[in-house]
Amino acid sequence: MQVPAPFEYERATSVDQAIGLMERLGSSARLVAGGHSLLPMMKLRLANFEYLIDINPLHDELGYIRVGADEVRIGALTRHRELLESAELAAAFPIFRDAERVIADPVVRNRGTLGGSLCQADPSEDLSAVCTTLDASCVIRGPGGAERVVSMAEFHVGPYETAVADGEILTEIRLPRRPGHGSAYEKVERRAGDWAVVSAGAAVWLGADGTIADARVGLAAVGPNTTGIPEISDTIKDQAPSEALYEQAGAIAARSCDPATDQRGSADYKRHLADELTRRTLRKAVERARS
Amino acid sequence: MTTVHEPKLTTFDDNDQKPVGHGRMLRKEDPRFLRGRGRYTDDVQLPGMLHLAILRSPFAHARILSVDISAAEASPGVKLVVTGAMLAEKGLAWMPTLSNDVQAVLATDKVRFQGQEVAFVVADDRYAARDALELIDVEYDVLDPVVDARRALEPDAPLIRDDLAGKTNNHVFDWETGDEAATAAVFASADVVVTEDIVYPRVHPAPMETCGAVADFDAIDGKLRLWSTTQAPHAHRTLYAIVAGIPEHKIQVIAPDIGGGFGNKVPIYPGYVCAIVGSILTGKPVKWMEDRSENLISTGFARDYLMRGEIAATRDGKILAIRTNVLADHGAFNGTAAPVKYPAGFFGVFTGSYDIEAAYCKMTAVYTNKAPGGVAYACSFRITEAVYLVERIVDCLAYELDMDPAELRLKNFIQPEQFPYETKTGWVYDSGNYEPTMRLAMDIAGYADLRREQAEKRARGELMGIGISFFTEAVGAGPRKDMDILGLGMADGCELRIHPTGKAVVRLSVQTQGQGHETTFAQIVAEEIGIPPADIEVVHGDTDQTPFGLGTYGSRSTPVSGAAAALVARKVRDKAQLIASAMLEVSVADLDWVKGAFQVKGDPSKSVTIQAIAMRAHGAGDLPDGVEGGLEAQICYNPSNLTYPHGAYICVVDIDPGTAQVKVRRFIAVDDCGTRINPMIIEGQVHGGLTDGVGMALMEMIAFDEDGNCLGASLMDYLIPTALEVPDWETGFTVTPSPHHPIGAKGVGESATVGSPPAIVNAVVDALKPFGVRHADMPLTPSRVWDAMRGQATPPI
Repeated sequence: MQVPAPFEYERATSVDQAIGLMERLGSSARLVAGGHSLLPMMKLRLANFEYLIDINPLHDELGYIRVGADEVRIGALTRHRELLESAELAAAFPIFRDAERVIADPVVRNRGTLGGSLCQADPSEDLSAVCTTLDASCVIRGPGGAERVVSMAEFHVGPYETAVADGEILTEIRLPRRPGHGSAYEKVERRAGDWAVVSAGAAVWLGADGTIADARVGLAAVGPNTTGIPEISDTIKDQAPSEALYEQAGAIAARSCDPATDQRGSADYKRHLADELTRRTLRKAVERARS
Repeated sequence: MTTVHEPKLTTFDDNDQKPVGHGRMLRKEDPRFLRGRGRYTDDVQLPGMLHLAILRSPFAHARILSVDISAAEASPGVKLVVTGAMLAEKGLAWMPTLSNDVQAVLATDKVRFQGQEVAFVVADDRYAARDALELIDVEYDVLDPVVDARRALEPDAPLIRDDLAGKTNNHVFDWETGDEAATAAVFASADVVVTEDIVYPRVHPAPMETCGAVADFDAIDGKLRLWSTTQAPHAHRTLYAIVAGIPEHKIQVIAPDIGGGFGNKVPIYPGYVCAIVGSILTGKPVKWMEDRSENLISTGFARDYLMRGEIAATRDGKILAIRTNVLADHGAFNGTAAPVKYPAGFFGVFTGSYDIEAAYCKMTAVYTNKAPGGVAYACSFRITEAVYLVERIVDCLAYELDMDPAELRLKNFIQPEQFPYETKTGWVYDSGNYEPTMRLAMDIAGYADLRREQAEKRARGELMGIGISFFTEAVGAGPRKDMDILGLGMADGCELRIHPTGKAVVRLSVQTQGQGHETTFAQIVAEEIGIPPADIEVVHGDTDQTPFGLGTYGSRSTPVSGAAAALVARKVRDKAQLIASAMLEVSVADLDWVKGAFQVKGDPSKSVTIQAIAMRAHGAGDLPDGVEGGLEAQICYNPSNLTYPHGAYICVVDIDPGTAQVKVRRFIAVDDCGTRINPMIIEGQVHGGLTDGVGMALMEMIAFDEDGNCLGASLMDYLIPTALEVPDWETGFTVTPSPHHPIGAKGVGESATVGSPPAIVNAVVDALKPFGVRHADMPLTPSRVWDAMRGQATPPI
């Protein structure tokens, strides 16, 4: 049995109390939400923290999906399972259900959270790719209730590194809604529940004339952090959807990413997948936007 | 859901008819497992028990300069810290392996693989023990490792085993079988010769329960009790007696419930020895349970054979000869678990199920800086490698001849009248009737329809593959004159006692790890003696309670101990007949055995049940002259030959041309393991083995980087398949009894693990035929399949 080094444990009673604890304890403390990344790392003694602050008691405060006309707001402690099962969210952004279906397994999805996924900042993480695709912004609360809002690009500073500083908590993810939306997510994995070899999300917003008013593609596992590719958006914007256009987008995805060869696959293969999955998800996103 | 091609199976009720003997019935042991009442090694709690943790090497190859344990000794809760140097003072730093090599218990001079045992801590609890490990300061001088077996024998390769006197290279052994000259002659004149380099990469058994032990040495009476995760408690006891110098009668090895073995629990691991030493030195019971990473990086792996296969045939598809050259990677210590005279296990059956003119194998085994072993993993002693080689190379031949692989196999099978059949490498196949088995698999699959569907799909650019493998296994070692492990002959004892009320206890020398012995062996005895299986207690896994035998691995339980159980029951029945003759006042010759009773010939009204006989045997009444009281017997069964089960497997895969992901759509497995004792248990064994096969073919591999770091140290990195990767298994069977086994049974535990990987790989390669692919090595991950599609297939190592 793998056992972690000694640590102190405290259950949070409110967001502000947790922030107070974090502020006092500094980098020796870590929040635990679902714990499916943190606890294995602690058991393997790859991560050692003196204090764990359990924010699961804050689910009432931080676990919600609020679908508004212009924006969807999701609390950081919303579980994968809640994201998977929300019909409202699936209607607003079908990409979420696509992604949640291929994230880990039911045991992990029952416990793991959106905020935890983003804060883990694993370059292979699926919800980071989803949020990048949807141009999400992240609400970070700090001491004294001060809030700041950052884009996904700003949020992920590097692998396993985020803009959340000591004494701060990611509290909410905001997703802007625009008309004519369709989105999709596809993941290639070696086995069900594995991390992505490569995955891709695509979101499109069609204009009244059927051309692409805006489009975004987010890729996971092909670089130091989940990668949004602005060149794809620039290239296909204002174009009529077509196979040739998807091919063009795929080619940009392949050359814009920076995958590494590892046990999951060769860099060449991953580039190929970036291309293939970009085309597949754009195609499906457009189909969904039209229907 | 599973499709079973067997008459009479209609409802769940049929699954538990409680036959008095062979037949489908639920497992007697399952209630305790299903209710969480199994008792595994880690469940053993003894008063005052301490916990042991092992410090392991972070390097694949390094000289140990110093080990400082002072801080660890001062850590809270720590009772004992032991290094290799301290063990060396007691003569315990090295121990023999199962292949007459030696292995370090704790490293003294060098570490030779990442994860090797360097020191251990015994503490009040497992947390304190782990915390103290971090306080042990080991100074290493890192050396160049040998990672690639192909480089091991190069003149400038680093020397791994400088502990062995006079050793100047990394050579372990050379081995050959067959007739080199005769084979060369056949190859020289053959119409067609196909050569292919075929790699069976390193895989790991990864049982759900990791390895562990609880040692309890009583200094007063000098007795050592050892609960441990062992597939061979008796063999282990003898080896502990030899290694540790504790008299054998003062050692009790207990294998409690075991959460999967698959060969992983055949060897003696350093951790077991450390637990024993820890208990002797502290005077307390000591528990050691390794964690998942320790299990994956340090315990017995399997395979790691780099094989060059060659096959010679006529233009019309008659196979003439098979030749192979193998480079075997045995890791840092040769810990192969195989009969001593068989350093390559039973790899000699690489001629498969085919009647050929000549065969030859030349093998070289080398040391590398990787975990030791070459152990097992449901391999029937290397038959997995042999079957993979022959079934892959036969498919390569089919490709070259542009011949249907089923047709090619059917054309070359050993024919039923040729059995017993001696192969060109000297193995005597006991019985077989291959064509009906193959035809049944093809019928279940709808083979012709599948080929039609494939043709249509190919025309549309879709990738569908149909793979076949036909295997012959060799299981049930001994005979003892040929087969021993460190001098212990591979024969099995069995003891049967009938209690006065007609209930029974049968004591086995083999140990179950999930195979269902408590049910199967009760059924074997029930069939012979007529007592219901529910009335027969099966005792196993405790050396103080059971007769000597070599243990459960290599699918040997039913072929060897199963035979012993049947024969001991017949021995008891013979005695019962003597008593029955007195009870019925007729001569022995005038009695007929009807299951469960003896009756007077021609007068069914006069009979006595086995239960009544048992009471008489223990009662106050007279017994015939020369007959002692009691109704019990013991035997030791020495098999006259191995048993040779066979099977035909057909796999259907679809490959996504865009992502190269393989989906196993169908899998048809027709097994012939002779007489079937409990068909439900056989199906369970087959399902498990097939799932294993999907893992090996598509995802499993213990990989290393160039520094010798193990890249498969967790189940996140070492993938094993889930229910989502496997199809609904379609199983069927034929029955060709073994002529020498008392009930005609053959082993089946490993058939599916042996037979399924080639079927899956053959299916993937078949799907890739439009790309001109003739071979691609496991594991066929999407990335590797994509490489193959582009003509860039590479070996995985």
